[in-house]
Amino acid sequence: MIISIASGKGGTGKTTIATNMAFSLAQKDNCPACEQAGVQLLDCDVEEPNGYIFIKPKVELRETVFLDVPQIDEEKCTHCGECAKVCAYNAIFVADNKVILFPQLCHSCGGCSYFCPQNAISEVGHEIGEIAAGSAYGIEFAYGKLNIGEIVAPPLIKKLKERINEDKVVIIDAPPGTSCPVIEAVKGSDFCLLVTEPTPFGLNDLKLAVEMLKVLKVPFAVLINRWNEEYFEIDSYCNKENIPILIRIPLERKIAEVYSEGSLFSKELPEWQETFCKLFDSIVELSK
Amino acid sequence: MKELTVLSGKGGTGKTSLVGAFAVLAENKVMIDCDVDAADLHLILKPEVKETNDFYGLNEYLINRDICIECGKCEELCRFKAIDNFQIDVISCEGCGICFLACPVSAIETKGRICGQWFISKTKYGPLVHAKLGIAQENSGKLVAEVRKAAKKMAQKKGISLVITDGSPGIGCPVIASLSGTDLVLIVTEPTVSGVHDLERILDLCAHFKIKSLVCINKFDLNLKKTREIEELCKERKVEVAGKIDYDPIFTKALIKGMPVVEFSDGETSRRIKTLWENIYEKLNV
Repeated sequence: MIISIASGKGGTGKTTIATNMAFSLAQKDNCPACEQAGVQLLDCDVEEPNGYIFIKPKVELRETVFLDVPQIDEEKCTHCGECAKVCAYNAIFVADNKVILFPQLCHSCGGCSYFCPQNAISEVGHEIGEIAAGSAYGIEFAYGKLNIGEIVAPPLIKKLKERINEDKVVIIDAPPGTSCPVIEAVKGSDFCLLVTEPTPFGLNDLKLAVEMLKVLKVPFAVLINRWNEEYFEIDSYCNKENIPILIRIPLERKIAEVYSEGSLFSKELPEWQETFCKLFDSIVELSK
Repeated sequence: MKELTVLSGKGGTGKTSLVGAFAVLAENKVMIDCDVDAADLHLILKPEVKETNDFYGLNEYLINRDICIECGKCEELCRFKAIDNFQIDVISCEGCGICFLACPVSAIETKGRICGQWFISKTKYGPLVHAKLGIAQENSGKLVAEVRKAAKKMAQKKGISLVITDGSPGIGCPVIASLSGTDLVLIVTEPTVSGVHDLERILDLCAHFKIKSLVCINKFDLNLKKTREIEELCKERKVEVAGKIDYDPIFTKALIKGMPVVEFSDGETSRRIKTLWENIYEKLNV
């Protein structure tokens, strides 16, 4: 089963929920989750991966990820400009006697090499980031890290998702927003848990995320983080739209402090493990 | 004209709340919301939309089954696995157009795809240029570039000398689009392990593009040890800490009222934000 944790707005607590849920499930011996073959956590927020700070895995494998980008054979090239015309991403510029490539803009569609009339374009690996994998607390963990200055995150997320082990409970920590990187991370999930906060920003971005999930046809529910009993518009919206609110994590300075130190609050405050396991049970129930 | 871009790497550190406060404190400026796939600044600035423009992203492609001879060429060439059983899945399609160009019987049709809208609005604090990326659409970087271009054009026309840009989290496509050619970046961070980690990545990004940056530590009293760590890091990298703001529930209270913090309260936190702004303004050298 694949559960993704997404949010629309950044900083609502996706990583906190993903890591604490993975930890809590992995601690339980006779939990239905663990009757499957354990827990796998994938940190797909490749622009700012933070999951490893909390899981502290022993990294057993590092893999550099490359994207195939064009390479011009200047001997064969006639500077006809066909490749630049074909490229939808403005990654190729052809001057009178020179071809200038912008590999960061390339989506690796292969169009330039396919349509080059001189067969002057081959493809070469351009490094976009790395994937690291390891384990801790009985969690199989992997994350991707985009190189500084790289623009296109989805190919790295796609590569990371090749590691999905469907025999396990797979938890995907998605990036913020509602555009390509999030879609790449969330698509194919059996369920998506949307983490929001009780503020107008939280509500606005929750609505956007809900619309996105409807397009992706992934079932979902809401978790309210930093619940302070001050703002009830999220409740009204979810009631109206028939979206279940599964749990509320209270706004507590202790939880914020444990987070600030890079620790798991369900480890420091073990009474929370039961809550996360129940959260998982309700997700299983809802995705049936 | 000078442009200040507010970024953070990590989401939820308080970018938009601070930009909302700057909208009150700065004079004679254009505001831009470049967080196009989760835009929130309008919730504080309450814009009255004056002009709406469509944003066209990459083209959309569709197979005309009446013409299609089911040769499978398109499916074979598509590297995004977006074609299956002679149908194009719009979610997986990245708009490269190879299928359209390669189809031997020209069975693939294309049309422009409206991927969002951008607006020029009036607010009580001055003009705001903002956008809304369509649901599950791509190309946020291109939309960011369009919004910034429109805002700068307007500033120029009206003789406005300052542009303040609210960016998106992360270090990828929309962030790079909001960073290129800006004069100064303010990085809003928080004293948490994740905050420090993401701060380092965004400092690297600014250095990569040779853009001057300042740091603001929000919620600094949440973890004083981590705050000191950030100050050390900034010293090491020769980046100035332009201000420190308290972990103060008035941020949330102001937000719920839909007001900029400095208008909602004149307490200690608002005073700190004012000092921060004066510091930034001096560095901008408008």
